[in-house]
Amino acid sequence: MSLLDAKIPAGPLAEKWSKHKFNLKLVNPANKRKYDIIVVGTGLAGASAAASLAELGYNVKAFCFQDSPRRAHSIAAQGGINAAKNYQNDGDSVYRLFYDTIKGGDYRAREGNVYRLAEVSVNIIDQCVAQGVPFAREYGGLLDNRSFGGSQVSRTFYARGQTGQQLLLGAYSALNRQIHLGKVKMYTRSEMLDVVIADGHAKGIVTRNLINGNIDTHTGHAVLLCTGGYGNVFYLSTNAAGSNVTAAWRAHKRGAFFANPCYTQIHPTCIPVTGDHQSKLTLMSESLRNDGRVWAPKTVEIAEQLRKGTIKADQVKEDDRDYFLERKYPSFGNLVPRDVASRNAKEMVDDKRGVGASGFAVFLDFADAIHRLGKDAVAAKYGNLFDMYYQITDEDPYKQPMRIYPAVHYTMGGLWVDYNLSTNIPGLYALGECNFSDHGANRLGASALMQGLADGYFVIPYTLGDYLATIGPKPVDAKHPAFEKTKQDTINLINTLLSMKGTKTVNEYHRDLGHIMWEYCGMARTEEGLTKAKGLIKALREDFWKNAIVVGANEEVNASLEKAGRVADFLELGELMVDDALMRRESCGGHFRLESQTPEGEALRDDDNFAFVAAWEYKGDNQPEVLNKEILDFEFVHLTQRSYK
Amino acid sequence: MSTNNNMNLTLKVWRQKNAETRGAFVTYKAEGISPDMSFLEMLDVVNESLIHKQDEPIHFDHDCREGICGMCSLYINGHPHGPKNAITTCQLHMRTFHDGETIVIEPWRAAAFPVIKDLAVDRSAFDRIQQAGGFVSVNTGGVPDANEIAIPKVIADEAFNSATCIGCGACVAACKNASAMLFVSAKVTQLGMLPQGQPERYSRVQAMVAQMDAEGFGSCTNTGACEAECPKEIKMTNISRMNNDYFSAKLFREEAMHEHAASGE
Repeated sequence: MSLLDAKIPAGPLAEKWSKHKFNLKLVNPANKRKYDIIVVGTGLAGASAAASLAELGYNVKAFCFQDSPRRAHSIAAQGGINAAKNYQNDGDSVYRLFYDTIKGGDYRAREGNVYRLAEVSVNIIDQCVAQGVPFAREYGGLLDNRSFGGSQVSRTFYARGQTGQQLLLGAYSALNRQIHLGKVKMYTRSEMLDVVIADGHAKGIVTRNLINGNIDTHTGHAVLLCTGGYGNVFYLSTNAAGSNVTAAWRAHKRGAFFANPCYTQIHPTCIPVTGDHQSKLTLMSESLRNDGRVWAPKTVEIAEQLRKGTIKADQVKEDDRDYFLERKYPSFGNLVPRDVASRNAKEMVDDKRGVGASGFAVFLDFADAIHRLGKDAVAAKYGNLFDMYYQITDEDPYKQPMRIYPAVHYTMGGLWVDYNLSTNIPGLYALGECNFSDHGANRLGASALMQGLADGYFVIPYTLGDYLATIGPKPVDAKHPAFEKTKQDTINLINTLLSMKGTKTVNEYHRDLGHIMWEYCGMARTEEGLTKAKGLIKALREDFWKNAIVVGANEEVNASLEKAGRVADFLELGELMVDDALMRRESCGGHFRLESQTPEGEALRDDDNFAFVAAWEYKGDNQPEVLNKEILDFEFVHLTQRSYK
Repeated sequence: MSTNNNMNLTLKVWRQKNAETRGAFVTYKAEGISPDMSFLEMLDVVNESLIHKQDEPIHFDHDCREGICGMCSLYINGHPHGPKNAITTCQLHMRTFHDGETIVIEPWRAAAFPVIKDLAVDRSAFDRIQQAGGFVSVNTGGVPDANEIAIPKVIADEAFNSATCIGCGACVAACKNASAMLFVSAKVTQLGMLPQGQPERYSRVQAMVAQMDAEGFGSCTNTGACEAECPKEIKMTNISRMNNDYFSAKLFREEAMHEHAASGE
């Protein structure tokens, strides 16, 4: 085990980033055009980074597996983006956004990173508005805000329930402008399958063209992974069907540390599962908790009647309802952070007070809001979400409360990066959800969009230059043997996958893995359950390589092959997540270790033993990974047990 | 978990190996389908059974499965995204169909959207149109405070309505001329209505229309199928607005157009 240096600049919190920017080396404008930068993924982090670096003069090669960069999964983010603008005059500040985020993350994030995030949040809104992003506005023509969980100010900027779409289209337009100018070369339907490490530095990638199967190598002076999170390891999540861990995982296998893999966000308000056929879970934005009230019936008897359908929710008397978040957390009420809301919904279900046919749901009720504001006002705020709920469930949420249940939504863990967003491999960077850096053990709502764009627009354009200036503009040697070797490794893996003609589909393995992960490595975890899960995943993985079916050939469009490679990586990641969860014998953020709770049954952190980042180091196939620790220093905030009461 | 898997359907699906090979309809049985499944989940079930037989699954584009990424694109029983209004294929649920029904599934059909395989088509023409001018030329940093640009709420809301386009191409698939006017006009209108988009308003519309024509999309004859089938209910008024800007830009010098706009007329 070694101790990792995050390279957080010394000095007062508010001066760290400014001083650091001054101390970073610069690349002179005439030299920038001599550098090639590879950007993998075109979501908020990737598109904003690619566009901003191209504007500076670097040559950018951008890659996405979708048919267009506009379709990256950032597009699906609904609720909003936080920024410490204090436009509402309600007491917000950079320091408050910093503090809320550190606290919301249950004191498992770096102070320096989080402060920088809060600091640049204000620039993000300015940038997006300048691009023509149509944020919601007040009648006076100025920007509107709403509230999100874990904060008592209104600092969330939004564009109806489609904020991610509008922000991504803004970044996509900036990217398009650079493609038009010839500064970005865009590769669509291209999947990164490996990173090329030459003499200890990242110098390129290997991709598969998803149309004709060509395996290509690409050179770059630096490689930026902006490839999102790995929530699909749970099979059912709010992620897009194609979201996967492959780029990050293969980089991990080439030496990049993977940090806090067990930190998963389980979002409280999703549409419940209806059956085994289900391919994804749909989120209902956290913004709904501004006006919706969460409740479950007070008694098991009433819950049973609701489950059988003999009574409907609106027939349950006010006295028979338990608005459990308002009851337990009077100061934050329905706007407690996501982990707290999720855990409480699970408690209701464990208590046999869940509703819906399956019993795995609680209510999110808008009757009061409709009564107070009128149906039209509610529709203006949340109309598209209500329509989506209606489409999926065939129930009208204007008449009956929504049924909601927690689902996997976001992964706070990811590739370990230092303050410069560099992994431990020189030249290999990770941005956005792909890295682990800013959300600790729980991410606050409307902070993912903020982090993706902060990394891409305002952090990497500064920090990358320092590395590039150090290595110099000499062209990358495409003849270095590492390129051919890495390409051959990729081809070998593809050939192995294509030779698998067993009896069970890759999707079936994926679903089995998801069941194990959700059951034992989800919201509540125990030593016993995790130990069992480790054995189950290992057995499943061994079976996968013996009995999975992969059809078709490499030289064609082959979704079966694409999915097989992704599931193979999820099967390895799953085991690491379980190892990480086993090691972390404390309840923190979204993760409740049953062995670690207060007498009242609330999550109990263990700061003496676990105030560190767990960065795992790959040691070869079937070898245990090695734990490296980065100790988290808290100079400016005082660690307390979180309370939202 | 109780699921009612009681629907049996016949599917007539367009299968085509690649862009160079001729395609044909192939008939499949979809059995044990739950009304709660989405249309894509129904296809997942069919594909799983094909893979079990070591057959090639039906290829279709999909990703977010929540109606926003614009990736899914099936032409179902003669309608892009199926028979229901204002939703994408991934939001279409099997309860919309009857037990025993025959469902015909085709790719988008347009010369500018060549088939890649089976039901997936190449929509990169849309990206190239956006690259031609669908942006505001501002670099990162150095922009004014967001609230220095006050925008009347009605304008912001109307621009937002245009901005909700997901770029799926249903408008092209629905149009008998395979015209892309609704898609192009939505972006032109969003930026053309906002103050941030004014400096490039007239050059943008010309560049985007020129690229649209170069890609081989057909002309608009105002039939309105695009608006009727758009999953995001983008209105044809966008096309009127674009035509207005386009013809103004073509008829007058660009500088004169900006003076005209600045005078508030």
